[in-house]
Amino acid sequence: MDWVKILEWVIKGFALVMILLTGFAYLTWYERKLLSRMQVRYGPNRAGKFGLLQPIADAVKLIFKEELIPDQAEKILFIVAPIITVVPAIVITATVPWGPDMQIFGYTLKPYIADIDVGVLYITAIASIAVYGIVLAGWSSNNKYATLGGLRSTAQMVSYELALGLSFTAVILLSGSMRMIDIVNAQSDLWFAVLQPAGAVVFLIATLAELNRAPFDMPEAEQELTAGYHVEYSGMKFALFFMAEYSKMIAIASIAATVFFGGYRELWFLKDTILGVDQTPWLGPLYLLVKILILLFWMIWVRATLPRIRYDRLMSFGWKAMLPLSLAVVIVSAAGIALEPINPLFKWVGIPLASTFVGLMTVGIIDNALRRKVYASH
Amino acid sequence: MTGELILFFVLALIAVTTAVGMLVSKNAVYAALYLVLNFATVAIFYLMLGSPFIALSQVTVYGGAIMVLFLFVIMLLGAENIQAEITLQKAWPAIVLTVALLGLMIWMAATQVPVVGLSAESTLADAAPQPLAFSLFSTYLLPFEITSFLLLVAMIGAIVLTKQDKKGSGK
Repeated sequence: MDWVKILEWVIKGFALVMILLTGFAYLTWYERKLLSRMQVRYGPNRAGKFGLLQPIADAVKLIFKEELIPDQAEKILFIVAPIITVVPAIVITATVPWGPDMQIFGYTLKPYIADIDVGVLYITAIASIAVYGIVLAGWSSNNKYATLGGLRSTAQMVSYELALGLSFTAVILLSGSMRMIDIVNAQSDLWFAVLQPAGAVVFLIATLAELNRAPFDMPEAEQELTAGYHVEYSGMKFALFFMAEYSKMIAIASIAATVFFGGYRELWFLKDTILGVDQTPWLGPLYLLVKILILLFWMIWVRATLPRIRYDRLMSFGWKAMLPLSLAVVIVSAAGIALEPINPLFKWVGIPLASTFVGLMTVGIIDNALRRKVYASH
Repeated sequence: MTGELILFFVLALIAVTTAVGMLVSKNAVYAALYLVLNFATVAIFYLMLGSPFIALSQVTVYGGAIMVLFLFVIMLLGAENIQAEITLQKAWPAIVLTVALLGLMIWMAATQVPVVGLSAESTLADAAPQPLAFSLFSTYLLPFEITSFLLLVAMIGAIVLTKQDKKGSGK
């Protein structure tokens, strides 16, 4: 019995790593295809049908490239930095459940790797470790542009981590638990994205900043820093940074789907039908996959639409808009839950209304602040 | 039990090595990284003691946020290789404190002073987030509130210190 459990863990862990690694390769294909479609061109279409073999061709090219280590670089850190970046990107998904318990040939399969009662905290801990890879890569290259990129990423990630943590807090308040499975089950009546829309928006924006994705890709702003923190990296070491960014995208999409969009659960109004996961458990992973693909589509869409924002604006936005808004989100959630015993409407109607209100107010204030600047310059 | 003991000694060795490494390394960035490793080892100690909440908080707060800020400041100032001049005049309070703390620890271990405040036989259930929050907001409410007040004061102080003088800039 014991070795069966260990075998199950090994298989699940291996499967997750494999899914993330092949997923990363095909995410690059997905992104290039989508971007090219949005820019009215074809994108990769030479290697294989629809360019499906393109990621493999890219991988082969990167493996055979020459690897350089700058003469004045801090050798050990230079080699370790890509590894520190990749490992958190992969292990962060360990607490995300992919589906409800399933019966296969009389054996209960639990479709998650770790079910710990501090799952949310685990995610924030791993995410905060991930910063080191980029900072150390920038510093150890002994290159001004790389160091600047690393410093920018530190400041940015630390600033947006606050908003991220606070929107996590709102989720913890609403579900009453830090365990990921409880969070998913708490959304069986209504997704938290509907119950707490401002929280979901804050979370999604903050994750873009954590991922260093456009429009927050300051650490690798080409015009200012050439390639930023990975300017001195080549060959497989560069590929590792690339891999980390795309694995993180998948990981973050799965986390966002879990904490705000019902995780592996169906749309809330399909709860007691045949499409619900309570009746057909194998639909769970499928729902999660669909949600991840939609969130990834959204990330790529944002990259195709928005220009990179200026660095001082990025910081102002993080501290003066995102942080107060996320604090308001926490207070709104806490007040709604505290007033629930008086009337359940406070939770189910009050929180969404108040949340939408604070969200719109923030948008209004930002709009006003920017508008005044335009007039002042004339 | 022996497995746990071996793990403890291996981790203890890593913790002590990284602590010493932090003190002797000439480069401030490496010193900061040794400290991160040290924090990570301590987090594993908390895990071994059956408190995942405190372990992960340790990694998030100390390993993540605070040390990243340290690194940020070191790199921003280019202060990697600044050597501090250590003289006996400057160092004697540190030496006295270290000896006193070491003596206290040895005395506590030798006489087996009973732990005050927490019950010695805390279980895994006590370390879960809910009971922890409950004891923070009931038994230890006053210290908790004082801590939050201190942090608020520090935050306001930081804002006041960094606030630009509007008159000086001439705009």
